[in-house]
Amino acid sequence: MARPEYQAPPEVFYSECEARKYSQNSRMIDIQVQMSERAVELLALSDEPHFLLDLGCGSGLSGSVLEDQGHTWVGIDISSAMLDVALERDVEGDLLLGDLGQGLPFRAGAFDGAVSISALQWLCNADKSSHHPAKRLYTFFSSLYACMNRTARAVFQFYPENSDQMELVTSQAMRAGFFGGVVVDYPNSTKAKKFFLVLMSGGAAPLPKPMGESEEKEGISYTSKREQLKKMRGKPLKKSREWILEKKERRRRQGKPTRHDTKYSGRKRSGRF
Amino acid sequence: MKLLTHNMLTSKCLKGVNVGYPLGIVAKDVKVLETEFNSEFVSRIIPKLDWDTLWNAADSIGHAGDLPRAVCDDYENDVEFLKKVHHVLVEVEVIEGELVCPESGRKFSINKGIPNMLLNEDEL
Repeated sequence: MARPEYQAPPEVFYSECEARKYSQNSRMIDIQVQMSERAVELLALSDEPHFLLDLGCGSGLSGSVLEDQGHTWVGIDISSAMLDVALERDVEGDLLLGDLGQGLPFRAGAFDGAVSISALQWLCNADKSSHHPAKRLYTFFSSLYACMNRTARAVFQFYPENSDQMELVTSQAMRAGFFGGVVVDYPNSTKAKKFFLVLMSGGAAPLPKPMGESEEKEGISYTSKREQLKKMRGKPLKKSREWILEKKERRRRQGKPTRHDTKYSGRKRSGRF
Repeated sequence: MKLLTHNMLTSKCLKGVNVGYPLGIVAKDVKVLETEFNSEFVSRIIPKLDWDTLWNAADSIGHAGDLPRAVCDDYENDVEFLKKVHHVLVEVEVIEGELVCPESGRKFSINKGIPNMLLNEDEL
């Protein structure tokens, strides 16, 4: 399916019909909630209740996750149909109708952190002749930098279309004064792969570890000798125990549900069966 | 819109507006919704608030009650005071009305409790 950003601008695309899906479709809700939980984890907040910002809050699904963790939030979104759904869902956070690309209308140092689920990619498109994506991104990031306190983080889950778009977003964020970068969860899987842009306002700190990346990677360095040996050995024989174990390992790397290995894995059945 | 949000809102995104704070409130419909009191959150948020703005905003919509004009020193342990602040901050909501920019006089309408902060292209 074509990317939603290409179909219409966000305030048109998220019509009442589309917005309804976010309160009824349990699959969509599950995905949104999972991503929100991961985003909050990446925020690395202390246990106290915080005052957070939800950018592109939509129907407030991500806000509900923040509520569950005891935080207070303010949400901003451009689609009034989505905000109506949020009102129906009776979320605790306060809602605003606004365009992120026009800058955030908040006082300096107001928030302890910000999350955003699947909103950032909308800013990379020019929906009107007056829109200039790089400029809009810069206006957005610099106003965000101003309204957060100096130990805060902002975590954006987004769907970059290609590496150029990722580069555009990160470079504008760095220009606005942020430190940080992109964390990719489940990099080996096409479906479970998720991009999180983690921005820090309080100086450079190590980026959090992505999920679903095998630990063995670090350690042995690359040598051509190993490669040659591997070629000599070739792939394990199909249906053999080694082949099954390798296949299971690959699934684990992709973050798919896989049974653990036991002495029974890949064992031949007895003749009586 | 809660007064906590109003305390953080500015109109500085408008062209030619430098501070844009505090926004004036013209309230047509105000509701009071009881919510759970969280003393830790309230005492954490007090240092961040602009107290005069909060008091004036509460006064302008007729909900100042017996909220003191200044923050007392030992507010963390004063549960009565924290409860009053909690009431004004998150329980009082402006449902219908307008926000007014102090510099340009531009009005932002509030419908169903959601302020419309969208700007026209010529205002950027």
